[in-house]
Amino acid sequence: MNGPQDLGGQMGHGPVRPEQDEPLFHAEWEKKALALTLAMGACGAWTIDTSRHARESLPPTIYLSVGYYEIWLRALERLLVAHGLASEAELATGRMLQPAAPVKRVLKAAATPALLAAGSPCDRPCASPPAFQPGDRVQMLNDHVPTHTRLPRYVRGRIGEVVANNGSFVLPDTNAHGKGESPIWCYSIRFQAKELWGAGADKASEVMVDCWEPYMTKAVA
Amino acid sequence: MELRVKALETILIEKGYIDPAAIEVIIETYEHRVGPRNGARVVAKAWSDTDYLARLREDATAAIAELGFSGRQGEHMRIVENTPDLHNLVVCTLCSCYPWSVLGLPPVWYKSAPYRAKAVIDPRGVLADFGVNLPADQTIRVWDSTAELRYLVIPQRPPGSDDLSEEALATLVTRDAMIGTGLALAPGSTP
Repeated sequence: MNGPQDLGGQMGHGPVRPEQDEPLFHAEWEKKALALTLAMGACGAWTIDTSRHARESLPPTIYLSVGYYEIWLRALERLLVAHGLASEAELATGRMLQPAAPVKRVLKAAATPALLAAGSPCDRPCASPPAFQPGDRVQMLNDHVPTHTRLPRYVRGRIGEVVANNGSFVLPDTNAHGKGESPIWCYSIRFQAKELWGAGADKASEVMVDCWEPYMTKAVA
Repeated sequence: MELRVKALETILIEKGYIDPAAIEVIIETYEHRVGPRNGARVVAKAWSDTDYLARLREDATAAIAELGFSGRQGEHMRIVENTPDLHNLVVCTLCSCYPWSVLGLPPVWYKSAPYRAKAVIDPRGVLADFGVNLPADQTIRVWDSTAELRYLVIPQRPPGSDDLSEEALATLVTRDAMIGTGLALAPGSTP
């Protein structure tokens, strides 16, 4: 979706301002926002792609004015309500008003180190052979879907070169919406800065974007 | 936000969706066990051990796991190597993807709109924001982490570091050098 998350190439946000001796967390609640998000993810009610879609679906005015842990927290609240695990009234009052809904699993402390150390690999076998090879010139689709996609606006319609086939991975576009993992080849595509940004682009820069096979077609000529 | 998060936590515990002890384990892990020192050890070993570097190029996830670093947001690792002709810079324009297993949690600026917006269109300007100025003919290759691959920059080994041990080399490798917004420190300098 063309949401507030799709920031590549936008102007007017000002310079990057790194913080000297930045603390890992800026408030106690940020630690909880991180941990609650990870622990609820482990319940299995939604996928990481569903989580990302919940974050990018926040109103742009909110998304661009709050810190990233607040984006996570607000998205978690929405996910809980959307999946029937909590109600708006419960979130407002901080009290349990309806019975718990069943979840696939509950992350216990003893299992947590192993889960964090294992992560959640998302490479999966793909039944079809890759349609593209390194060296191929490919054109990104210029589709503006209202659903989740990982094809940024700044490369849509643009032509790049396949540099590597990274293997087949879960496709976020379906997985975010409960439509299955649909594993498919994911390639590193190189775009010259001039192709993306026009005549004023830095002559000595290029952008590599990881793109799933359905995001592109073979470039004509 | 403190109250809002407390309310949420209370509900989730009451409903039995979360184990409060697991919450503490998660926080402890990212406060104390996972951080950029992990990545610095990978880089120092890559500089010192050509066989290890070859393994990193072949399968970075497995080579990094040799040092005990694995897991969430590091399941599919790649290294990208800086050279005199090429400088690599990593961003996630669409969210906050970052190689947690080697760098820990991302800093605020990495997740912020200015960095995500500017890195792809004006990488030299971003580097200037960090006080880094590269030769105009040195190519900057920006990696937008749009999928589940996570990138670790192997910065150029600084001059004058030939005799240093891996442990000493690791102290020259800053977090920013492994994102590409910085360079490795010169021996004897202070961060």
